Amino acid sequence: MAADFKIAIVGSGPAGLSAAVHAVKLGVPHVLFERAQHLNDTIFKYQKRKHVMATPEVLPLRSDLDFREESREEIIDGWTRSVEEAKLNIRLGVEVTAIKGQKGDFALTLSTGETVSAEFVVLAIGVQGNLNRLRIPGNDLPFVQYQLDDPDEYTGEEIAVIGTGDAGLENALALAINNNVSIINRVADFPRAKAGNIALIEAAIKSGDIHHLANCEPKAIEAGFLVCDTADGAGVRLKVDRVIARIGALPPRRFVESCGVVFPNDSPTAYPPVSETYESQVPGLYIVGALAGYPLIKHCLNQGYEVVEYIQGNNIPPADEPLIQAKLDAAKVAMSVSELVAAVRERLPLFANLTALQVREFLIHSEIHHPAAGEIVFERGEFANSLYNILDGEVGIRVNPDDPNEMVRLRRSEFFGEMALISGRRRTSTVVATADSLLLEVDRNTMVKLVRSEPTIKAGIDKAAVVREIKTFLMPNVEDHVLADVVDSSTVFEFKPNEKLIEEDADDDSVYLIRKGSVTVSMRVGGKDVVLAYLPAGNYIGEMALVTHRHRAATVTAASATEAIRMDSAAFRALLDRDPELRRKVEEKLEQRMIERNLLSRNAEAGDLIGFLVRQGIGEATDVLLIDESLCVRCDNCEKACAETHHGVSRLNREAGPTFAMLHVPTSCRHCEDPHCMTDCPPDAIHRAPNGEVFITDQCIGCGNCERNCPYGVIQMAAVPQKKPGLLSWLFFGRGPGPGEDKSPEGLAHRTGGKHAVKCDMCKGIDGGPACVRACPTGAAIRVDPAGFIDVMRRGQ
Amino acid sequence: MSVSEPVSAPGAADLRPTRHESFLAFDRFRFLKWAVILVALAIVMYLLVRPYGRPYGGGWTGYTLGTVGALLILWLTWFGYRKRSYTENAGRLAARLSAHVYLGIALFFVATLHTGFHFGWNVHTLAYALMCIVIASGIYGVYAYVRYPRQMTENRESMTTVQMLGRIAGIDDELRGVAMPLDDATVAVVERAITDTAVGGSAWRQLSGRYPGCTTAMAIAHMEAHAREVAPANADAWRQTRLKLEEKGAVLQRIRADIRYKALMEVWLYLHVPLTFALLAALTAHIISVFFL
Repeated sequence: MAADFKIAIVGSGPAGLSAAVHAVKLGVPHVLFERAQHLNDTIFKYQKRKHVMATPEVLPLRSDLDFREESREEIIDGWTRSVEEAKLNIRLGVEVTAIKGQKGDFALTLSTGETVSAEFVVLAIGVQGNLNRLRIPGNDLPFVQYQLDDPDEYTGEEIAVIGTGDAGLENALALAINNNVSIINRVADFPRAKAGNIALIEAAIKSGDIHHLANCEPKAIEAGFLVCDTADGAGVRLKVDRVIARIGALPPRRFVESCGVVFPNDSPTAYPPVSETYESQVPGLYIVGALAGYPLIKHCLNQGYEVVEYIQGNNIPPADEPLIQAKLDAAKVAMSVSELVAAVRERLPLFANLTALQVREFLIHSEIHHPAAGEIVFERGEFANSLYNILDGEVGIRVNPDDPNEMVRLRRSEFFGEMALISGRRRTSTVVATADSLLLEVDRNTMVKLVRSEPTIKAGIDKAAVVREIKTFLMPNVEDHVLADVVDSSTVFEFKPNEKLIEEDADDDSVYLIRKGSVTVSMRVGGKDVVLAYLPAGNYIGEMALVTHRHRAATVTAASATEAIRMDSAAFRALLDRDPELRRKVEEKLEQRMIERNLLSRNAEAGDLIGFLVRQGIGEATDVLLIDESLCVRCDNCEKACAETHHGVSRLNREAGPTFAMLHVPTSCRHCEDPHCMTDCPPDAIHRAPNGEVFITDQCIGCGNCERNCPYGVIQMAAVPQKKPGLLSWLFFGRGPGPGEDKSPEGLAHRTGGKHAVKCDMCKGIDGGPACVRACPTGAAIRVDPAGFIDVMRRGQ
Repeated sequence: MSVSEPVSAPGAADLRPTRHESFLAFDRFRFLKWAVILVALAIVMYLLVRPYGRPYGGGWTGYTLGTVGALLILWLTWFGYRKRSYTENAGRLAARLSAHVYLGIALFFVATLHTGFHFGWNVHTLAYALMCIVIASGIYGVYAYVRYPRQMTENRESMTTVQMLGRIAGIDDELRGVAMPLDDATVAVVERAITDTAVGGSAWRQLSGRYPGCTTAMAIAHMEAHAREVAPANADAWRQTRLKLEEKGAVLQRIRADIRYKALMEVWLYLHVPLTFALLAALTAHIISVFFL
């Protein structure tokens, strides 16, 4: 018996809809099931007027539905028109409750009780249909809701928002305009939200616009009340008109499993595995979109289109194929994209666990290099942007800056560049190709995302990094096997700013090697904490207790987000006993440190200066503007120079910012090691140049996330100003505006309708270095990097 | 510490300064040395080479000194352009200012020797006099640049101008509240102290930092004079008003001192720059009259 349809598509989100429209175009008999009473429920449920991004920008769109960056309403209107023209076979308000059978003969049981058959099934149900619900009594009362369409619908209500992820915070913020909003938080902070939303919610809590119930656990919902447990045990009974719970969504695992699909692990966030053509382990059953792990709309649209093509037997190359092929061609590598994908998966153990689709996705953001023997890959001192993987050939790491022939060789399957990637500091060695090689350079943002989502990648990088870090920073001339005990017994720890690595008087004696961030060393003198030293990444700490067999002599505190390798004291001591040269070095350094500490503990002002600079973010800075106020004549020539070299808008505010001991830290970018501004940039417009400049490209869409994320307030949203006359025609003929005079907006050609983010780019691309420093007439303004901080900090002595 | 040295930028040594260095001490007083050499050469020439038997602006000694002086004047004037050319890579402005200061002072010696100490009521001496005023105002400028920045910072205690003005506005609001129960005459002087707060104003006020008609000081004086007439019920409000006025007085003093320092660091430019242009005019007249008339 022939099936009712060739393709049954379940779910009419972007992926399902795109598939259905393409099925019409190819004339394939199809049916589209949608549980809701309207199409495209996912986007329908977006908050009204939400601005929807079309990321990843570089990926071409391949769908019969139009899609670009625009508002929710524009997208829905456009798609509704396309769907009407296409004359789809849609069944609205019908849920598919079971899928049985195999390729060529699937039976779909519907909520109406009927059963339809289809040769192929495309599962595009996403995850939004499976919203988590509260598991407390009263969770289904009419005033309890699990989503919010239009915050403007409610005014003057008492609303409790449960859930402190981005959806919850965004809802709370939008509702707070016209309602009394309380946010119910199990903990005291917001660990699951984007930094931008955290900044907004904290501001709203501070100003009293939103009431924050921290350490508060919902217990029951009764008519008009939300009952919660609180940390103090007293409990709270909150009067509410409405409860909005935004506690996430999960893949509808039970349903997917009932179709015969096996999940790779028990993690609730696991996705069903699919092949390169989106086919699940059940032949004929295809899974696309968010359910397959692709939550971006553009991916969904493309996959909807492609899956129909694949079912029709057309083996079209994926949409990203030409992009990756262009990279191969540019590097003059005779290889097809699928060969490259296969090579990455086979030859690079780091990425062995990724699917071909995931590999393709990160290849879009990677570069392929084909250096000949002798060519330099990167130089010592450049800033890190990427991780290099050796697909073929061999490279040499120049471990001794004075002798280019002293090299450590790395071969196929190995990677390098991870130390600077972790620390955010300059490359510690030059790397040169020692044979014709094929290298894959994965950019920093992509690497950060991969490390976060794939624990195996993080573990793989860490394993190699720890050895290399210990060797580079501590014992460059020691053979690997000698280090084995120390390496095996060491662990990487992460510390938040102000968290203590070591406490004074404690009796542990491990040695820490700081590999990212920085720390301060302080001691209690006369009841007051006196800062004795500032140590950036690359330093070890804690050896004093080990050598002297005494309790900890000082407290070590993270000055910024810090990662340190803790080495077991017994293993470290054994190493010292074995290597007299190393012991001598460590002891010499220890003596020098003790002398410095003695000096500093008697000079509280110098310590205070270090403390001050660390509070101003020097701990995570790579380059910071410092003004000596005993030299600064307040002419503001620095600001004028900045404005003149940057389209009329100064990126620094000379006057603002704190001063200590005549040292002024103006409001100006610190070019952080791990830039806060980069963490949540939707179009990925913020980058770091090889010289360390963190800059914003024209890709900026003006969303303001970076402005909110910057803890130092150095990013502004600015309009494009008018064109300036030449300096002489201003000087002699009064043509305005003059240097540093005008900030008025004109000719706003930007696609966001005006503003975009601007910040210091350290005068990247301008000869002679930063204009602010060049333009200072009295020598008051300098920019210093971590190597220079130590000098500046010694001023007080 | 680390066994390895901190890694710095690749390639050529970084030309950026890594520590604070005053323009006066730039590059170990490089331009002071130049200026001393220039002046020494000029004096030697003046003493040894006297083609006409006596010092005089003419002769090759006089012409040489005059030409060097005239070129120095043009070069020094060009500082105004150089200071504003932000986009050109012409090195650090601090280096240029260092040279400007020391060579400007050297100019005084070169030009004085060029005169041969012949002065009179003529355009030549006018040019010389203008030059002396320009140089003297510049020397005051150096003095101000060395003396006031530190005092200004100490006076501010990390507050910006906007913060200080904001603090005054805040105190004004509080004053209105606390003075409410007081008698009409006191309320009137307090109200005046609120509405007529003088900050900045005439050049003299800015430079001296004196504000004789300060309404806050007057209100304090009024309260001092009438302290005994306060009704016991109002004693608390009286004391609070008095305290707020004192606080406002202190912030006002701070902000006025700030304005004063800024004015003292800028005022000399009002002589230095216009007189430079007058000097250029007189210098042109001097050269034309010597060579062409």
